[in-house]
Amino acid sequence: MNELDQLLEEANSLISSADDLQVLDKIRVTYLGKKGLLTTRLKELGKLPAEQRPAAGQMINEIKEKIQILISDKKIILENQVYSEKLTSENIDISLPGRGQTQGSLHPITQTLAEIESLFVTIGFKVADGPEIEDNYHNFEALNIPENHPARAMHDTFYIDADKLLRTHTSNVQIRYMKDNKPPMAIIAPGRVYRCDSDMTHTPMFHQVEGLLINEDVTFANLKELLTEFLNQFFKKELQIRFRPSYFPFTEPSAEVDILGENGWMEILGCGMVHPYVLDNVGINSERYNGFAFGMGVERLAMLKYGIDDIRLFFENDIRFLKQF
Amino acid sequence: MNFSESWLRELINVPVDRDGLADQLTMAGLEVELITDCKGQFSNVIVGKVVGITSHPDAVSLNICQVEIGVDDVKTVICGADNVSSGACYPYAMIGAKLPGEIHIEKRTIKGILSEGMLCSESELGLAESAKGIYQLGKNAVPGMDLQSYLDLDDYMFELSLTPNRGDCLSLMGIVREVAVLNKIIFRTTDITPVPKLINTIRNINITAADACPRYCGRIVENVDATVPTPTLIVERLRRSNIRSINVIVDLTNYIMLELGQPMHAFDNSKLKGDINIRFADKKEELIMLDGESRILSDNTLVIADDSGAIAMAGIMGGEISSVTTDTKTLFLESAFFSPQSIMGRARQYGLHTEASHRFERGVDPELAITAMERLTGILIEICGGNPGPVIHIVKDDYLPYEVKIRLRSSRIEKVLGIKIASTRVTDILTHLGFEVVIKLEEWEVTVPTYRFDISIEVDLIEEIARIYGYNQIIGTSPQINIKMGVLNDDQLRNQLIAHTLMTLGYTEVITYSFIDPCLLDILFPDNAPIQLMNPISADMSVMRQSLWPGLISSLLYNIKRQQTRLKIFEIGHVYQSKDNMIEKRLLSGINYGNYLQKQWGIDDRSSDFYDIKSDIEAILNTYLEIKDLVYKKPQNDTLHTFQSTDIYYNNQKLGVLGALNPRIVGKLGLQKSVFLFELDLSLIPVNKTVKYVKFSKYPSIKRDISIIIDEKVPVFEVINHINSSNIASLHNLELFDVYQGEGIDLGKKSLALGLTFQGSSSTLTDEEADIVINNILHSLHEQFKAILRE
Repeated sequence: MNELDQLLEEANSLISSADDLQVLDKIRVTYLGKKGLLTTRLKELGKLPAEQRPAAGQMINEIKEKIQILISDKKIILENQVYSEKLTSENIDISLPGRGQTQGSLHPITQTLAEIESLFVTIGFKVADGPEIEDNYHNFEALNIPENHPARAMHDTFYIDADKLLRTHTSNVQIRYMKDNKPPMAIIAPGRVYRCDSDMTHTPMFHQVEGLLINEDVTFANLKELLTEFLNQFFKKELQIRFRPSYFPFTEPSAEVDILGENGWMEILGCGMVHPYVLDNVGINSERYNGFAFGMGVERLAMLKYGIDDIRLFFENDIRFLKQF
Repeated sequence: MNFSESWLRELINVPVDRDGLADQLTMAGLEVELITDCKGQFSNVIVGKVVGITSHPDAVSLNICQVEIGVDDVKTVICGADNVSSGACYPYAMIGAKLPGEIHIEKRTIKGILSEGMLCSESELGLAESAKGIYQLGKNAVPGMDLQSYLDLDDYMFELSLTPNRGDCLSLMGIVREVAVLNKIIFRTTDITPVPKLINTIRNINITAADACPRYCGRIVENVDATVPTPTLIVERLRRSNIRSINVIVDLTNYIMLELGQPMHAFDNSKLKGDINIRFADKKEELIMLDGESRILSDNTLVIADDSGAIAMAGIMGGEISSVTTDTKTLFLESAFFSPQSIMGRARQYGLHTEASHRFERGVDPELAITAMERLTGILIEICGGNPGPVIHIVKDDYLPYEVKIRLRSSRIEKVLGIKIASTRVTDILTHLGFEVVIKLEEWEVTVPTYRFDISIEVDLIEEIARIYGYNQIIGTSPQINIKMGVLNDDQLRNQLIAHTLMTLGYTEVITYSFIDPCLLDILFPDNAPIQLMNPISADMSVMRQSLWPGLISSLLYNIKRQQTRLKIFEIGHVYQSKDNMIEKRLLSGINYGNYLQKQWGIDDRSSDFYDIKSDIEAILNTYLEIKDLVYKKPQNDTLHTFQSTDIYYNNQKLGVLGALNPRIVGKLGLQKSVFLFELDLSLIPVNKTVKYVKFSKYPSIKRDISIIIDEKVPVFEVINHINSSNIASLHNLELFDVYQGEGIDLGKKSLALGLTFQGSSSTLTDEEADIVINNILHSLHEQFKAILRE
């Protein structure tokens, strides 16, 4: 064995016993560094007779390459060892919950309203607003409900004085909007309404969405189509829906819309063609224009959608209820 | 309107079963709300005839009755009712009978005498809520007959929820008319034969208020026996329409009202003085009414009067003095038309609601009065005997409702409904409904029957056609598209986004009542005068809120009572200023109570504080305005903590307020921890921020941290503002990263640690240049605040 082979063998045993990257690097410097053993040998080639140089140089280079390969192979092994140790040492329980501020939630009524709004806005309806403290004229008279009309008894109105009251429906917005705008018009009016009534199915305050479409050729058939589409979209399924003749002083023909549930037909909203007297009251030519209006109870829709059985839950604001939405 | 199915089927042969009938009515707009089986909740109850009564030897109030229940089958029954009389029939509960309420009838010895069963009252049988004495059955009762079949309880009660426009359906006849149309049956009412007079006694009738009472019929019937029991069939039919049996005379007037729709009244003629006058009440006129209450009448109330004054509230309720009792021998019968306008709202004005007022305010057929009078006389004489006088019929033709004629255009039907209905079908529907129809080219001239008060214009007829044609036969079609995009307006979008931001910040949205408890309001805002409701549902919901805080605090208390220790909630809603200023504002308010974070692993938590809520508010506002443009000022009220609260201004306008609830109030509310609140007027928050892009420097920046010591009373904001407003071109960013008081800092002083970032805009800034700027800043802070550099 010549001197070079011995060198290689030494290096080999050093490399294989190196157990971290620093040691390995020192070995590299010892053999391959600027002043390393092999580098020195190469530099010393000049001292040899010229005819021996190529063969000796080739031998040194071969050994150098071999050591290089040994080192880089070992380096990969050691690096892998380092990473895998790092991974092992950073083992955490990923099942622990995340930290920080927990998200709140939006009230189910707000969510339901937003859903209703987005469905109607998609087809060109605007969202209109109006006062909750209203006068007799906008809440009743303009809607063809004169004083002493039996329909007023159905409303259980909260009064503030002889003329001011808490609106019993969002239909007041209809009147205000029609007075201020010209047909064609398509609006929905969401908001709070008030009636003197309280039990499992009634709260003295609840939410309604009123809808109104006025144009030259709006028909009862259009109303049916729109509301059917709305209900199917809202409940995300094909429902069994029926339109049942009913009575509201401000629409004619009037209808209640029922959907078929597990326990039979359920009243879900009221609607009809805007009564010509209402159009006359707001200065719209009822021969030329007609339209439809509808109104729905938001709590009722939300109760059906979420399976809530007591309307009072919406306003108790128990956090254990609200957090579910 | 409730009615017995078997009665209806007796009047018209309906070709559909019970469910079919209910469905037909509902889909024609007469909603059947409920169908109840009339079967009695009792068994082994039969007709028993009392054939002998003796007093109980040991109990004065008890009778020993011999009750015949079949041929040679007589039972001994002890009975405590004082109306038991020999020869009459009563329900007899046999030994082994079951009565409602799990009552089993067994043999009982009462004070030494064996009682073999029980004579029952209507209430004991579950046929009435209450009853006076035992139930005396009609003359047609046969001893031993099963009571269920005697009372014809194999029947169903229909409960109609009628809309106020359909006053014409408040009678069996009205419903029969509808059922006939729905089944295409031509129905003709049977003519009622007039009952000829047997005597000539009359009472003069004067109508003073002709517009309110255009028609009045009166008739005297002498020698009536008012003691006979009302035939069971009639009692039962009344019961199935929710009308209680009073006495035979009253029952018969009610029966005819149910049958034909004409409310009627019977007076005891012997109690009347002089002529009958129909007039409006005199001011302060008093009337003791049938319910025993004395009422002071107002002059908008129509009355029936005799020479002594008002004897009845017309179309609403009779007076007590002239009412019929079993002693009455001579009747004065009334059948009249009172206009809806003269009755509407009047009953309610006195807290009354009667079968008569319910019908008159919706409209009773003005042509029905005489027919009903003859029908009542006929049945009355048949049951109670008596000699009728002539019908005095006063009519003021000018005041009767006009005959309504309507032009109905084929084109209009299509325009409203969106479908074409064959002309023959239209004619058919109208004719069946009782309209007189003249067919013209593409239109009809329609005369409305007198009983339809709800039909006066073309669209009323279109509704009738649609209703009978069937709403569900109308195929839906899409409305013409109006190519305009609907969008939420900026306000609506902003409010939605704010709600979402708050949710992300950990707040849960609540919705609280708009009316609040004045006591809570008084604790929070003692000086406020809120809008009050005239008729609140309860005292703690009687004033309109002027702030959302009372509602939020109520929700907080509610949840704390339910073991919650931490709450972050908000609400967006209207508030209502004062009675003189009914302007409604939409506010956003929130509460932060308890720890900053939900209890969790790995984080040492702390209580929420003022700065958390301030940061939340800035997070909301940051989307719409520059936070550095906000100005914080001390608020002028005692609701919040004197030193932990601030008003928030933007562009010299107050956006809102935030801070800790005054500890005094926290104490009053019984809360343990501080409550942090905010309230913002949403309408004052800009809808969007105008962002102008500013080029940023590409040269490397230099960061320097300095600590200065200043008087503790100097608000930090002023220091930062001072630096920022010094217009130092190279100062790129300034952040406050520590505020310290304590060891190493003199009492009354505080240390601020500021991080400053400098950057040149056209070249790299040198350390020397940065040093100069820092020195300038320190110098200026010293001049302004006596600030010294902390070594």
